[in-house]
Amino acid sequence: MSEVILQLKNITKRFPGVVALNNVSFDVRAGEVHALCGENGAGKSTLIKTCTGAVIPDEGEIVIDGQSFKQMTPQLADKYGIAVIYQELNSVGDLSASENVFLGNEIRRGVLVDKKEMARRSAEVFESLNIKINPYELVKNLTVGYRQMIEIAKAVSHNARVLIMDEPSAPLTNNETENMFALVEQLKKKGVAIVYISHRMPEIFRLSDRITVMRDGQYIQTLHTQETSNEELIKLMVGRELSATFPPRKTMVSEEVLLKAENLAGNGVKNISFELKKGEILGFAGLIGAGRTELAELIFGVKEIESGTLTWKGKEVKFHCPQEAIAAGIVLCPEDRKNQGLCLPMNIRDNISLSSARRLSRFCVLDWKKVDEISNSYKEKLQIKTPGLFQQAKNLSGGNQQKVVLAKGLATSPELVIFDEPTRGIDVGAKYEIYKLLNSLIEEGKTIIMISSEMEELIGMADRIIVLAEGHYGGEIRKEEFSQQLIMEYASKSY
Amino acid sequence: MKTLNVKQFVKKYAIYLVLLALIIIFSIASPQFLRVSNIVNVVRQASMLGIASVGMIFVMIIGGIDLSVGSVVTFVNIIVAYFMVNMGMNPVLASLVGIGASTLIGFFNGWVVANIKIPPLIVTLATQIIFEGWAYIIAGGMPIFGFPKSFAVLGQGYVGIIPIPVILMVICLIAGSFILNKTFFGRHFYAVGSNAEASELSGVRVKRVHYLAYSLCGFFAGLSGVVMLSRTNSGQVTAGQGFEFDVISALVLGGVSVTGGAGSISCAVAGILIMQILSNGFVLCGISTYLQMVIKGCVLLVAVGFDMLQRMKENTGKKA
Repeated sequence: MSEVILQLKNITKRFPGVVALNNVSFDVRAGEVHALCGENGAGKSTLIKTCTGAVIPDEGEIVIDGQSFKQMTPQLADKYGIAVIYQELNSVGDLSASENVFLGNEIRRGVLVDKKEMARRSAEVFESLNIKINPYELVKNLTVGYRQMIEIAKAVSHNARVLIMDEPSAPLTNNETENMFALVEQLKKKGVAIVYISHRMPEIFRLSDRITVMRDGQYIQTLHTQETSNEELIKLMVGRELSATFPPRKTMVSEEVLLKAENLAGNGVKNISFELKKGEILGFAGLIGAGRTELAELIFGVKEIESGTLTWKGKEVKFHCPQEAIAAGIVLCPEDRKNQGLCLPMNIRDNISLSSARRLSRFCVLDWKKVDEISNSYKEKLQIKTPGLFQQAKNLSGGNQQKVVLAKGLATSPELVIFDEPTRGIDVGAKYEIYKLLNSLIEEGKTIIMISSEMEELIGMADRIIVLAEGHYGGEIRKEEFSQQLIMEYASKSY
Repeated sequence: MKTLNVKQFVKKYAIYLVLLALIIIFSIASPQFLRVSNIVNVVRQASMLGIASVGMIFVMIIGGIDLSVGSVVTFVNIIVAYFMVNMGMNPVLASLVGIGASTLIGFFNGWVVANIKIPPLIVTLATQIIFEGWAYIIAGGMPIFGFPKSFAVLGQGYVGIIPIPVILMVICLIAGSFILNKTFFGRHFYAVGSNAEASELSGVRVKRVHYLAYSLCGFFAGLSGVVMLSRTNSGQVTAGQGFEFDVISALVLGGVSVTGGAGSISCAVAGILIMQILSNGFVLCGISTYLQMVIKGCVLLVAVGFDMLQRMKENTGKKA
């Protein structure tokens, strides 16, 4: 066993009303990948912030290299080589790769910045990590995957000894994820201790040496990866057995064609044709950038259709804005809940009633009684866990926020609901609830388009899957033929 | 639970405590301050500020700002005066045309902001200078006076002991509050201010909300300009100079967020009164105009700073 670099002992942190961390202990060794698992709200983020000095613990100690501290500060964290790669990357687009690596730590000659030396040194770092980036390339021209690598390179150039990665694969495509894994392996060989946070089980099993599970701010257990299983881990995270990953459902697909696209093009998608039957869950699969969200935007009237036709309930339509689509009976639950789905500072009631406010009013005057009734009924129906409708939306967990977005859509009594990544960033328990909700919508006679990057999810939920590749129609897969291999085969077609 | 509500109440209406403190300070500093005639005077002066603030609140709630308010007031002042004096137009018609013009200016601001995506600060800075210049051209830099007698009623008349401008202001405030709280599109202002993209995807016509907010701002600025003209009885090219500053300061003091999404008429009223009492109290205490500017600037800075700190605290508190 190699040496322990960072150790947290009996950390407790209380916030008004909640104990965010309750007597949590955790350690990470040189050359190890230690995965940190738990549902949203389990206390992972708070634990990380304790390591970087953003959160000051009420009790417990932090031991680095045998030295004990009551709390960290950003300066101390930097001095001892603790670095964090956050989900949202902090790179500056208008600076070059090497300037980003040395951001805040520029190499200078007198008062001037020595760009050449910085480029040389970052080229060295890139080389040592097997990263293929031109040091002079502007970061805004690079994909998310490369930007992340630059941040990792930055940490390495600071002699990081503990690298904390918060859901690093979330913004990446499959290819980029592979490259990131290779990079993690490299760092491991160099003796860097890695704390790896992820919701994705396969990654955890592939990368980690040990796994620590947290739940509701409590330390639950640390396991050796080789000695545990997917099921055991989920059970520990959720605190109960999940009977099945996907709830069962009756097939409701009818013969009636609800929506028909013919040679649809615009907003980056080209020549897409498909039929959507009433009562169906039609899955859209594809790699990031395949044009799934873009297609949804075309249907929903966010972006303009350049050519081709869209037929809704037998009539050719062209929605000029989302409001027209909503009026016709289509709603969209967008990919990015926080930025596209919710007005975070507004309360839950106002969020739920946002789309339906117009029809809940007479002569422009809102009927608040109806608004309250509807909001309450959806809060009950979707089991939105909140102390009250006047809570600000930003105080809810990811799963409950998703339910508010859905409630807002459902309040307009739509016939078609387009879900774009309905379970992104949502923990295992809440995912199951969202799946059940999708099923209940189908049973009520609604129709669903489901866009997802998680193939298991599409295979588990959809009646039919259409795969997009590089903005084109990649292929269609019927339920009997569902397989990840087939999806990947279609998705990686190139045009 | 109950103590919490009291706390929230105090927090929400803290600005009224500031108002009270200000009244006490000035009544000690100047014996004239609390005289009935002075109070009536303060409230009557506040009415112009109040009417224009009702318009600006919509723009600020959607996260915008309108710097052209002051010059729109000037412009309306001048054109209405010009129509009446130089063209012999009926006062009511002249006023309506003036307010119509200001509403169009507002609509133009909103259209440019929504469609060409120029930051509202720049758009309205441009219209500010355009209409100030235009007002000078029309008036030739000279005051315009000699209105029909009937026109003075609007700004100088009374119903009982209450000045008509004050009644107008109260009506405008109630109308503003009604729009914001009772109508569906009133809620849209808040939604657009807190997240425009999410609002659009939720079926809010974000562009139209912009048009409406800026048009309303123009409308109320125009109304304010007409009242001012009637009160001063002469069209002045300096009528609205720096007026946007008072309006924005009043609203920010009254808790309207500079980043959008939050604000209410009930709190804005306190801000309006504070600004007017400051002006009045300074004059009574013999503080020079220039020193007044210095102090008012500081007041705005403190008010905005307070708003930002509050927001920062809220965010870090929730994130942790």
